[in-house]
Amino acid sequence: MSMLTDALTAALGTTVQFDKKQYPPSIILCSVPRDKFGRAATVLKKTYALLAAEWATDETYFGGSLAVFACYRWGNEYMIVRSELPLDDPSFPSLSKKFVPAYRFERQMQSLMGVVPSGHPDLRPWIKFEDWPQNVFPLRKSYDASCPMQRTKGEYQWVRAEGEGVYEIPVGPVHAGIIEPGHFRFQAVGETVLNLEERLGYVHKGIEKKFEALSWKDGAKLAGRVSGDTTVAHSIAYSIAVESMTIGTVTERAHWIRALFLERERIANHLGDIGAICNDAAFAFMLYQFSRLRELVLRTNHKLFGHRLVMDKVVPGGVTADITNEGKKDILSELDLISREFERLVVIYDESSSLEDRMRDTGILSPEKARELCSVGIVARASGLNLDCRLQHPFPPYDRFEVNVPVLISGDVHARVWVRVEEIRESIRIIRFILGALPSGPIYTDIGLPSPDTSGFAAVEGWRGEIIYWIQAGPRAEINRCMVRDPSSVNWLGLEQAIPGNIVPDFPLCNKSFNQSYSGHDL
Amino acid sequence: MIRILYQIFRTGLITEPLPAAAEGEIIQVGTKLEGAIGKLFRGSLTIRQVDAGSCNGCELEIHAINNSFYNCERFGIHFTASPRFADMLLVTGPVSRNMEIALRRTYNATPSPMLVVAVGDCGCNGGIFGESYASLGGVDKVIPVDAYIHGCPPTPAAILNGILKAVSG
Repeated sequence: MSMLTDALTAALGTTVQFDKKQYPPSIILCSVPRDKFGRAATVLKKTYALLAAEWATDETYFGGSLAVFACYRWGNEYMIVRSELPLDDPSFPSLSKKFVPAYRFERQMQSLMGVVPSGHPDLRPWIKFEDWPQNVFPLRKSYDASCPMQRTKGEYQWVRAEGEGVYEIPVGPVHAGIIEPGHFRFQAVGETVLNLEERLGYVHKGIEKKFEALSWKDGAKLAGRVSGDTTVAHSIAYSIAVESMTIGTVTERAHWIRALFLERERIANHLGDIGAICNDAAFAFMLYQFSRLRELVLRTNHKLFGHRLVMDKVVPGGVTADITNEGKKDILSELDLISREFERLVVIYDESSSLEDRMRDTGILSPEKARELCSVGIVARASGLNLDCRLQHPFPPYDRFEVNVPVLISGDVHARVWVRVEEIRESIRIIRFILGALPSGPIYTDIGLPSPDTSGFAAVEGWRGEIIYWIQAGPRAEINRCMVRDPSSVNWLGLEQAIPGNIVPDFPLCNKSFNQSYSGHDL
Repeated sequence: MIRILYQIFRTGLITEPLPAAAEGEIIQVGTKLEGAIGKLFRGSLTIRQVDAGSCNGCELEIHAINNSFYNCERFGIHFTASPRFADMLLVTGPVSRNMEIALRRTYNATPSPMLVVAVGDCGCNGGIFGESYASLGGVDKVIPVDAYIHGCPPTPAAILNGILKAVSG
């Protein structure tokens, strides 16, 4: 028995029903009556579990109605708690006073699925814009997604600050640089930011709804385009979730090659990020040096695997790009060059007092706040939370070898840079190990299709952090619902909390150090 | 400081001539591009990039044309923060419903004559996202487009090629 199951059954007794159709079997899915949904959260919070995701489904195809789900993480366990809601009264107890990230999850659920979190302190729409018609819920099965949506009148209600000398700075959605769109609104006095409010949803493309119209095979393509910079990690997460629902097994070699792709993606993105963060502190030298190293990684990818970002190379059943002995040599000599150059640049970073002046004590996300916000990935690890799926919930091949995960507690921009520095070193070590230990065999097996009426789950550590996929197969074994939780969905809250008290010119620096995905959040 | 200078000299000049375009053009794209920009834009082509709903893959590759290998500044291409200064809008897509108004406003804020280039398969025709309640499809569904750059995402060389095509009209 697991710790979370024990706690839940002790508190709620026989009202907890365990579901046997959830795969892999290590993930516990249980149903509780709707009025116990909040109580379950309280119980799990007392066992120090964190909220990983919350979402709603439309199960009318099963002859059911609507349902809400909350996924909790504690140590190496994941537990999903489910409650059914009737169609005519789709309300459920809000979790946002127990777990902060539920605040946005529930706004999003209400906007897109039309379930009502009762007791939620702020029910302004999220992702849904004010010019959408009122009672339109795209994720409902009754909604026809192919029709364009009308525009109505409406205005977003911003949080206001008043007082002498208080002014507002609206930024976006079209930003100054080559980045994704989103809106930030600062209230400031002089140079100091009093409050930052984010408004996202500009790149909402209806990805979750689109999944429901695709075959299992095409789903992998879409998963690879949830967030372009994390294409490998998203396709791995999608594939593992699908594979958990089928009887076939993926070959060892395929698993190891996936890990190779994943670590290369981590190195490429971290290299780009460190350069861009330094550039936001007006140290352009680093940007050009690091983007040179990043380009070298992408070029090797293109040469060996046929795509610079390794898009569409991970599919359910395995991978579609193999590596030869020549390719191994290419990667090893590339890594030698990169690690040598990288270490020289790290020394320059470390010795530069003007950089240190900007990076240290800027944009602090305290460990207490990071925990309260259930942060994940690099943001969590820079703020003292030792969270990494490769460690706590290892997907193959990470269950075969050790991964060293850097954890810092200062939670400032420097900590987020330094977590990246340490992770690049570790990923280089892992890739060298993978190339030495790569098992032989085929890279693809036909795994068949998921059985009807089952659900699959996967948690994969991408370069930003934990990515969760939860996929439900419908009665005809089609995709009934595909829930995507990019790390950005929770970590954007961290940025909002890290900014107040900093000066306005430090915002780009802080934002870049978080570097969350807009597309992965908006879906 | 000495380490910085040492690293700069050790790295040296890594900028490379551009490979010929995929269709087998013999003249190198770079020279043509430089010539066209020199003639039509007095040596300076200013670009405003707009993400109208992309997955950010195209943004990564547009960033890459600024790195030392591709070094688009040598042809006089640079990116601006304001559409008011722009000669060209480089738009990635699909255009999401929630970005439609912002894209139109950016278009209207750009002084004419200007060029609009749609980048990536999604910007060209909606790509895998197609047309739905949340996605309007390709960029030309919303604003007039002068040139298209295909690819998912297009490589940096393909992006520079596409800019050339747009400039030489």
